[in-house]
Amino acid sequence: MTAYGPLTLHVPEPAVRPGGTPDFSNVKIPKAGAVPRPEVDVDPESIRDLAFSIIRVLNRAGEAVGPWSGLLSDEELIEGMRHMMTLRTFDARMLIAQRQGKTSFYMQHLGEEAISCAFRKALSPGDMNFPTYRQAGLLIAGGYSMVDMMCQVYSNSRDPLKGRQLPVMYSSKEHGFFTISGNLATQYVQAVGWAMASAISKDSKIAAAWIGDGSTAESDFHAALVFASTYKAPVVLNIVNNQWAISTFQGIARGGSGTFAARGLGFGIPSLRVDGNDYLAVYAVAKWAIERARRNLGPTLVEYVTYRAGAHSTSDDPSAYRPKTESDAWPLGDPIIRLKNHLIARGAWSEERHKQAEAEILDTVIAAQKEAESYGTLHAGGKPSARDMFDGVYAEMPPHLRRQRQQAGV
Amino acid sequence: MPRMTMIEAIRDAMDVMMARDERVVVFGEDVGYFGGVFRCTAGLQQKYGKTRCFDAPISESGIVGTAIGMAAYGLHPCIEIQFADYMYPAYDQIVSEAARLRYRSNGEFTCPIVIRMPTGGGIFGGQTHSQSPEALFTHVAGLKTVVPSNPYDAKGLLIAAIEDPDPVIFLEPKRLYNGPFDGHHDRPVTPWSKHELSEVPSGHFTLPLGKASVVREGAAMTVLAYGTMVYVAQAAAAETGIDAEIIDLRTLIPLDLETIAASVRKTGRCVVVHEATLTSGFGAELAALVQENCFFHLEAPVARVTGWDTPYPHAQEWDYFPGPARVGRALVETMEA
Repeated sequence: MTAYGPLTLHVPEPAVRPGGTPDFSNVKIPKAGAVPRPEVDVDPESIRDLAFSIIRVLNRAGEAVGPWSGLLSDEELIEGMRHMMTLRTFDARMLIAQRQGKTSFYMQHLGEEAISCAFRKALSPGDMNFPTYRQAGLLIAGGYSMVDMMCQVYSNSRDPLKGRQLPVMYSSKEHGFFTISGNLATQYVQAVGWAMASAISKDSKIAAAWIGDGSTAESDFHAALVFASTYKAPVVLNIVNNQWAISTFQGIARGGSGTFAARGLGFGIPSLRVDGNDYLAVYAVAKWAIERARRNLGPTLVEYVTYRAGAHSTSDDPSAYRPKTESDAWPLGDPIIRLKNHLIARGAWSEERHKQAEAEILDTVIAAQKEAESYGTLHAGGKPSARDMFDGVYAEMPPHLRRQRQQAGV
Repeated sequence: MPRMTMIEAIRDAMDVMMARDERVVVFGEDVGYFGGVFRCTAGLQQKYGKTRCFDAPISESGIVGTAIGMAAYGLHPCIEIQFADYMYPAYDQIVSEAARLRYRSNGEFTCPIVIRMPTGGGIFGGQTHSQSPEALFTHVAGLKTVVPSNPYDAKGLLIAAIEDPDPVIFLEPKRLYNGPFDGHHDRPVTPWSKHELSEVPSGHFTLPLGKASVVREGAAMTVLAYGTMVYVAQAAAAETGIDAEIIDLRTLIPLDLETIAASVRKTGRCVVVHEATLTSGFGAELAALVQENCFFHLEAPVARVTGWDTPYPHAQEWDYFPGPARVGRALVETMEA
C-alpha cells in the first residue's frame, strides 16, 4: 500500500474549442492608463509587476490616457495608421494572389499590424531587427519598396533574393531587416550577438529580437535571455503573443508561468506586457525599451498581447482548432479601428478621410502589384535563372559547384 | 485489403500500435488536437486520450529529449518533428544521446524511440521545408534510418520501427503523402487509389528493417533509389527505354547490401539517385559499397544523380530537383560508358 495516488500527466487545453463559445474572461485587462511609467534606469526588481499587467493607452472612448500617452503628434499618428492600412491592404492583395496561383505561400498580419509598424517608428537608422515572418510592418513603416517586397513574394525576375527564399522571408540590411530564416527562434539569440557586437565596437546602434509565443519554447530563446542578461546587451527582446502557434494555444509554450513576459524576471531583465493592438501603447513601450538599450542600461523584454485574427499561413485552416468567431470576441479589438477612432476623437480625422485614405492606399498597392507582376509571378513571366541557384552558396564558387553548374547546363 | 494514402497508412500503423501496446505514446508540434499539419495523427488523441497523444511545445530538442527519457523509463515514444528541416535543434539529443544510450550504459538503458519527419521537396517549400537530411543520420552509429516510398511499406516499416529496440529515424517523403510522384510536376497529380501499393493489410503487419524491394526487374543496369526518387527512376527507365533494375532501398541503415550486390553483379552498371545534396550524401556510401563488392563486374563508373550542392531554392525547385530528364540522361550515359 502506498500513501500516494497514481501520478497523472497534465496536458493544458485552451478554454474553448470549435463549436464552443469564445471566452476570454481569463484575460485580465487593466484599464487604459492604469499602469505606471517608470524611469528607464529603474531598478528592474522594483517593476516586476509590469510583467503581469498590460500597458494600455487607448481607452474604450478612443482617448489616449495615462503616463504612457502623449508621445506622438496628429501627423505622426496619421502616418502610423496609414502604415497599418497599407500593410493590411498589401496582405489582402497577396493572399488573393496566392489563391490565384501567383505564388506558393503567404502569411498575413491581420490584427497584429500595430506591433511591427509602431515599433519601427521608435527605431533609429542603423538599428537592426531580427524578425520572424509576421513583422513586415518593419519594412512598410521603414519605407522599403512595396514592389521589391512583392517581387520577393512572387519569386520573379526582380526578386531581390533571386528566388531562393520562401515568400515573405524578406531581407534588407539597408532597412534594418535581417534575413528571415524560416526556422524558429534561431535569430533571437543572433540579435543578442549583434547587440553585443555594437557594444564591443563602442557603437550606438541597438538590436531588436522577435519571436512568437510558441517559439519561446525553443532552447535558443532561453540562450538569448542568458546572454542578454549576462552581457547587458543593448537589445529589445520582443515576444509577439498572438495566442496561437498554428493549432497550438499559447498555454502549451507558456506552461505554468503567469505570462511570457515573466520569463525575463528570472534573468533580472526588465519585462513589460503591452496591449499589442494599441498603436500608442506599442510605440511608447518600444520607445522606453529602445531608450534603455541606447543608454547602455541593457536588455528589455516586451510581450505584445495580441490575437492572430487570420490563419497561420495559406496552408492553415484555423476553424479546425478554434471557434470561428474567436477573433471577434478578442477583447483588445482591432488596431486600425482603435487608432482611427482615437484620431476622430482628437478631431484630426474623419470617416470620410478614412475612406479616402483606404481608396488611395488600395490604388497605391494595386499599382505596386501591377508593376511587380510585370516582372513575373512564380509560374508565369520573368523568373530568376537556374544559374542564380548556384550563386551565393560561397563568396567564391568552389570547383565542385562549378562542375555541377556546368552539368546543369546553365 | 483497404486502400490508403501514405498519410492514412502511417496513421494506421500508429493506431494499431497504440491499441496493442500501452507503452506507445505519440507527441509533437500540432500533433494532438489538430492531428498534425499533414494530418498523420488525426483522431489519435480522441481515441487514446491526451496523455498518449498530445501537443508539444515548439522545442525539437525538448521533444526528442523527453522521448529519450520516456524510453529510458520503458515507454516506446513515436514522435513527430514537423519537418525534417526543423530537427537541427534536436540533433545533439539524437546524435549524442539517443544513438548512444545502449552503448555507453552497456545495455542498461536503451532508447526504443521512432522519430518521424516529413522529408524532401516538391511542394515549393523553400529551404526550410524541403531538405533531405538522411545522410546526417546514416553517418551516426546507433541510429537506424528508414525511408518508405508507398503506403504498404510505410505501414509495415513504421510498425517494425516502433517495435524495434533501438532508435529509428523514419523519414516520410512529403511529396508522396497523397500520391506517387515521378517528377513530372506539370502533369496532373496521381492519387494513391490508382496505385497497387495503396492496398494495405488491416491490423498488425511488419516489413523487416534492412530488406530492399526490387520494384522493376531489369538486365541492363541497376538503379538504387529511395523515397520519391523510386518513381522518378521508374519514369526515367520508361522514357529512355533502358531495361533498368530499380531497387527501392526502403531502409538505409540497416542496408540490404545482398540485394544491391546481386543486382549489380548481374547488370554490371549502377546509377544511384537521391534528392539530397551530392557531396558526402548517402549516394557516396552506396557508390563505395558497390565498387567494393562488385568491382570486377562493373562495366561503367557508378553514377550519382542528386540535388545540387546548394540550399534548396524556392523558385528554381524544378531546376534543383533531380527529375526524370536528369536521371534519364545519367541512365543513357551509363549505358554508353
